[in-house]
Amino acid sequence: MTAPLDQHLPDPAAVPSEAVSDPELIAAGLAAEPTLTQPGLGRRTLESLRRDPVALISVLVVVCLAIVAIFAPELAPYNPLHAFPNGLAADGAPVHPDSTFLLGTDPNGRDVLSRMIFGARVSLLVGVVATGLASIIGIIIGGIAGYAGGVTESILMRLTDVVLSFPILLFCIALIAITGPNTRNVVLVIAFGYWTYLARIVRGLVLSLKEREFVTAARTLGVSHAKILRRHILPHLVPAIIVYSTLGVATSILIEASLSYLGIGVPIPQASWGQMISQGQEYFQTAPWLLIAPGVALIITVLAFNLAGDWLTDLLDPATAEIGR
Amino acid sequence: MTGWLARRLAQMIIVVFGVVTLAFLFAYIVPGNPARLVAGPNASPEAVASIARQLGLDRPLWSQYVSYVGRLAHGNLGVSFALQGRSVSGEIWHALPYTVLLAIGGVIWEIALGIPIGIAAAYRPRSIMDRFSTLGALVGLSAPPFWLGLMLLYYLGYKLTLFPLSGTGHPLIWYLILPTFTLGVGGAAWYSRMVRTTMLEVLRSPYIEFARLKGMPERTILLRHALRHVLTPVITMLGMDLGYFLGGVLIIESVFGLPGVGQLAYSAIDTLDIPMITGTVLVAAVFMVVMSFVVDVAYTLVDPRVRLSRR
Repeated sequence: MTAPLDQHLPDPAAVPSEAVSDPELIAAGLAAEPTLTQPGLGRRTLESLRRDPVALISVLVVVCLAIVAIFAPELAPYNPLHAFPNGLAADGAPVHPDSTFLLGTDPNGRDVLSRMIFGARVSLLVGVVATGLASIIGIIIGGIAGYAGGVTESILMRLTDVVLSFPILLFCIALIAITGPNTRNVVLVIAFGYWTYLARIVRGLVLSLKEREFVTAARTLGVSHAKILRRHILPHLVPAIIVYSTLGVATSILIEASLSYLGIGVPIPQASWGQMISQGQEYFQTAPWLLIAPGVALIITVLAFNLAGDWLTDLLDPATAEIGR
Repeated sequence: MTGWLARRLAQMIIVVFGVVTLAFLFAYIVPGNPARLVAGPNASPEAVASIARQLGLDRPLWSQYVSYVGRLAHGNLGVSFALQGRSVSGEIWHALPYTVLLAIGGVIWEIALGIPIGIAAAYRPRSIMDRFSTLGALVGLSAPPFWLGLMLLYYLGYKLTLFPLSGTGHPLIWYLILPTFTLGVGGAAWYSRMVRTTMLEVLRSPYIEFARLKGMPERTILLRHALRHVLTPVITMLGMDLGYFLGGVLIIESVFGLPGVGQLAYSAIDTLDIPMITGTVLVAAVFMVVMSFVVDVAYTLVDPRVRLSRR
């Protein structure tokens, strides 16, 4: 699904705190520049999490995943790469889940639970770093295009269109095929395929922001363009970037899983969910857990990031939150 | 209108040129010597050098680029490294029917599932139906297609033997039901959410209020008046999806063993068959660019508001 990404999400041009109904927050908003540091945001976050159990669960899932990823070596019961002699049954088949191996073993006699935990680390690492890189590229290109306008904008946006024309997965696959599969290249390739979405969004935002009075005021005072972009426009982009980066992590994780499934992602023997699914598919009749465990983990992870992104949209961008209610 | 069309056309041509250039650079930045790949690992240095000369690899970059574009203008995508002597465009041409059928089937599932579910959800917001469809849409959007495909293959194909396991056969449609469903389910999830959101927005507009006040039944309002507004963005997205699917849905094709364009690209990766990789990627990108142009023009023709703003 590449086409709908930038078409059907709520219009990001609205700046936070414009449609806040709570009188206290309006007072607070009048006192301070409406940015993330605005007083009351912490309270509003807790309040909206309390009201919205789905958001609460998805945020908790994301936090748990982060903890699992960071403390993988401490949490995993075994070494994910170790092939246990008792990890295979007498006929060479993987061992069913039992008290020793909670999620059973894989066809190499390795502990599936430990591999799942280290797989979470890979997924999150690739997802977060790739999206971070993509955001940086997207902000720079989109920001300059939107602010500069004219020929610069045309050139940068046509460049964006060119990259956007390649179906993102096929684009990543072709680049990986050429540069060689390893974790660093997977991250770079996803970032290189995904920045276009953010560039388009940032450009749209900057186009409307640069017409605002505070930018004109800064210009009149002789503030340089670079400084206006950095100090006056960038802070207004933060909410939208947080929202779209959260959604971007979900997409990046899916791309990483797809690449690893095809055998051109994170190299073996390192554990990754996509690769585990690919290895497990031949054993589905005898060892269904090999396929179900990583698949369910992927769905839950991607779902949690998508829902957290939706919730952040409502939280950081109250002007559009009413749509769909 | 004519001015806009000319500008849009020029824009499309520029983007196609960019796509071609990028595809060319892909082939150029590949590490290792393509001539060695063609010649095979045991070839002598002389043989490699002679093949490099044959392929024009010893010429400067710009000269290679000019002849690349020149060949492309004749529909020649080069010769496959791995499949000795076969032309890349010929291979793609043979694989295309499967991809086209898969793409059309995927789009049909998107419409058949997405629109009715979206309408049902908008009919009674926050009802059980609405919540179920939202949950279903979210899972549909979050499930990795390759995993979903494997699950369907196992339960419906292997366990219940309702569908053939993989590959192709007669009648072909039987072999396409599961792949097209897997392909379409993510999009259907998107559409159902979008139809719901757009519909709820439209339902608040004054003319719908008026229809309600006249005593028009809710069902008629939904299907006759509100649906119209929802369909325009859906058609736009369908066009984009079709362009995307036509590029070859590699994952689906490889899970279900369909010999389409995506499968061609995938098998080219193993052999590092650069002409085949760049050829398939190029074809996919051109499909996308052309479809987005077609959609833009169609949109302009269909919707008078867009037409006026683009005069």
